[in-house]
Amino acid sequence: MHKHDHSTRRQFLGLAGGAAMLGAVPAVTLRSAEATPVMLAAAIRNVVGGAVVRTGKVKLDVPPLVENGNTVPMTVSVASPMTADDHVKSIHVFNEKNPQPNIGNFHLGPRSGRAQVSTRIRLADTQKIVAIAQLSDGSFWSANVDVVVTLAACTEEVL
Amino acid sequence: MASALINVPKRAKPGEIIEIKTLMSHVMETGYRRTATGEIIPRDIITSFACRYNGEEIFRADLFPATAANPFISFFTVATESGKFDFEWIGDNGFSETAAASIIVE
Repeated sequence: MHKHDHSTRRQFLGLAGGAAMLGAVPAVTLRSAEATPVMLAAAIRNVVGGAVVRTGKVKLDVPPLVENGNTVPMTVSVASPMTADDHVKSIHVFNEKNPQPNIGNFHLGPRSGRAQVSTRIRLADTQKIVAIAQLSDGSFWSANVDVVVTLAACTEEVL
Repeated sequence: MASALINVPKRAKPGEIIEIKTLMSHVMETGYRRTATGEIIPRDIITSFACRYNGEEIFRADLFPATAANPFISFFTVATESGKFDFEWIGDNGFSETAAASIIVE
């Protein structure tokens, strides 16, 4: 019985690890509390499961050089006819070096007409942004962008 | 205190793809910042945004601390019929705001 529980418990701990770390770490080393490539991979796995993520279809527009990481315009669009049979179900955006790997999840459907979402995000450091779209056929597609940030967001002190 | 700005076309043709822009005033405190004395400022963010078109959900977003203050979200929908868009923002500390906009489709 105990053995059976082990794998799911481990998966759960893996997923919860990010949240737990954020709770435990700040007392001593807040500044090092950043999402690592491992956390990024875990966050992506949390969304796609074991599915293959192919590059393409997704277009991620973020300025390549950002002066102020506190508000960075971002647009994600996906090449899709957005019909009942062939549409984008969701768009997930991740980062590598913010304290948390998630940026946003956006849920669309055939009524969207166009698979495009814009928002403004925070970037704590120069890093890679990843956008992944899930299509109605269950496939996943992605795009990466590297962004250079000169003034970081999120973890600076308030005076 | 909290207030929303909504931009929806007043009129559209049936089947036209329209853009909806929304802005909600909110600090979106990340929970990762500290005061000068080293205390952590507690997280206070909007976690969820949804838009319904005549009662049916057409768009939903999960937000995280990585969303900039005063969250701006824009998205698209197909204008199918005249009616009402309802917008809802939900967040930490019981934050809950709604807004609405109407459209004439003909």
